[in-house]
Amino acid sequence: MKSDFGQRGWQLASFVFFFALWELAGRWPVSPAFPPFSQTAVGLWEMILDGTLGKAYLITAQPLLLGVALCAVAGIAFGIGMGLSRAIEWLSLPVFIILQAAPMAAIIPLLTYMYGIGLTSKVLAVIMLAAPVIVMNSYKGIRNTPPSLLQMCRSFQGTRVQEVLKVVLPHAAALIFTGLRLGLAMGFIGIVIAELLITPTGIGDLISYHSSVADYPKMFATIASIVAVAAISLHLLQRLERRLFP
Amino acid sequence: MIVEVKNIAKTYDNGVEALRDVNLSFPKGQLSTLLGPSGCGKTTLLKIIAGLIPRNGGEVLVNGKPVDGPGPERAFVFQDFALLPWADVLRNVAFGLELRGVERKQREETARRYIAEVGLKGFEHRTPAQLSGGMRQRVGLARALTVNADIILMDEPFSSVDEQTRRKFQEDLLDLLRHHQKTVIFVTHSIEEAAYLSDQIALLSPRPGTVSRIVRPDVDRKKAPDEIRRDRGYLDTVDEIWGMLRQYV
Repeated sequence: MKSDFGQRGWQLASFVFFFALWELAGRWPVSPAFPPFSQTAVGLWEMILDGTLGKAYLITAQPLLLGVALCAVAGIAFGIGMGLSRAIEWLSLPVFIILQAAPMAAIIPLLTYMYGIGLTSKVLAVIMLAAPVIVMNSYKGIRNTPPSLLQMCRSFQGTRVQEVLKVVLPHAAALIFTGLRLGLAMGFIGIVIAELLITPTGIGDLISYHSSVADYPKMFATIASIVAVAAISLHLLQRLERRLFP
Repeated sequence: MIVEVKNIAKTYDNGVEALRDVNLSFPKGQLSTLLGPSGCGKTTLLKIIAGLIPRNGGEVLVNGKPVDGPGPERAFVFQDFALLPWADVLRNVAFGLELRGVERKQREETARRYIAEVGLKGFEHRTPAQLSGGMRQRVGLARALTVNADIILMDEPFSSVDEQTRRKFQEDLLDLLRHHQKTVIFVTHSIEEAAYLSDQIALLSPRPGTVSRIVRPDVDRKKAPDEIRRDRGYLDTVDEIWGMLRQYV
């Protein structure tokens, strides 16, 4: 318990130190476009009170959650298919390896040419970033089943279906969940890029609007809020993961 | 003769010849050991008998009938235990019956009985990670006993168990297997272990693995474990085997 408190204390101290440094740098000033922490906090508070931030998040959440949810269903199913069938593996593994290595920010504007500036393009942007890691983790989870567990199942005359349901899938579950968490992290990147590059909506709209009217405290507040939302939701997922798969 | 192998040959995909013309019989109710230096193909031979890996030639006969693939009369104990890490001891021990579709209440009742027999009563709801190596292998043994196979195939079951635990485990194993009158085929690279446990020892020579000798230790099994380890016949067997194996080392 005591060391637990010590860890918490240090984490808190690190935040205080970071914000103090931010405040100092803002007052120096480093650049007229770089507001101190206090002004940013005030800007954040105002946007929370007048509801702009809430509205923006409702808009941003749609393509993000839709994209990640589609990846969760189709991506996991596809990854499992790749893990179980050599044919699917050979057919699609190169695609996902290339997708993982490709600089997505360069590809996302292409989506605008093909699918316009609506919700579809943004959902696709999220999927393009989130899908590879979700598919690859599911695939690796299936493929990494220890051979001796498979032999054990066969030695007791388990059928292929039993092998998959009782050994392979439970073994892969932890890695699949990790893939979902990393997929959500990529989804956050995807949606912010999409909202900045395709058409400004939601959070992307708040960032570019406040930047264009030189309201830098609110622009920084928006950026800080998306960083915090992403960090907190990923942290919560990681804690859930540790509880589910100790 | 409950298990016989005839002219078994095995060459791996990479061209390595693991086994050549292996002929052996394993008598009913006895403990037979496959002994040899590493790389002699003893585990390969055991897994071929288990039907877990394909052979390139020859045949495996169980009760006079040729077999391909695993069967309910043979149960395997794995070197690395092969326990499901997410399942507790009870489910792991009952897993063989679960795969056979035995109803939950019934299979858990059977599993509890064998958990007690291998000395793990009270550990039913621990997971493998919470057990020592020796205890994990007891789970592996209980799982093999639960399916009530006549033949138990054991692949270096004590190699990752520490020395003190191993001695106690060996003694318990002898008691258990004799009590249940199992036919056991046991793979080891320990001469002492082979001489202590076996009714029959098949010595394999390496690359390609062939049977070089069959030794039947002249040990009085009615003696207490400590007496056996000081028994003339036991000590002579260890010396004899070492004399034959040292040429391969």
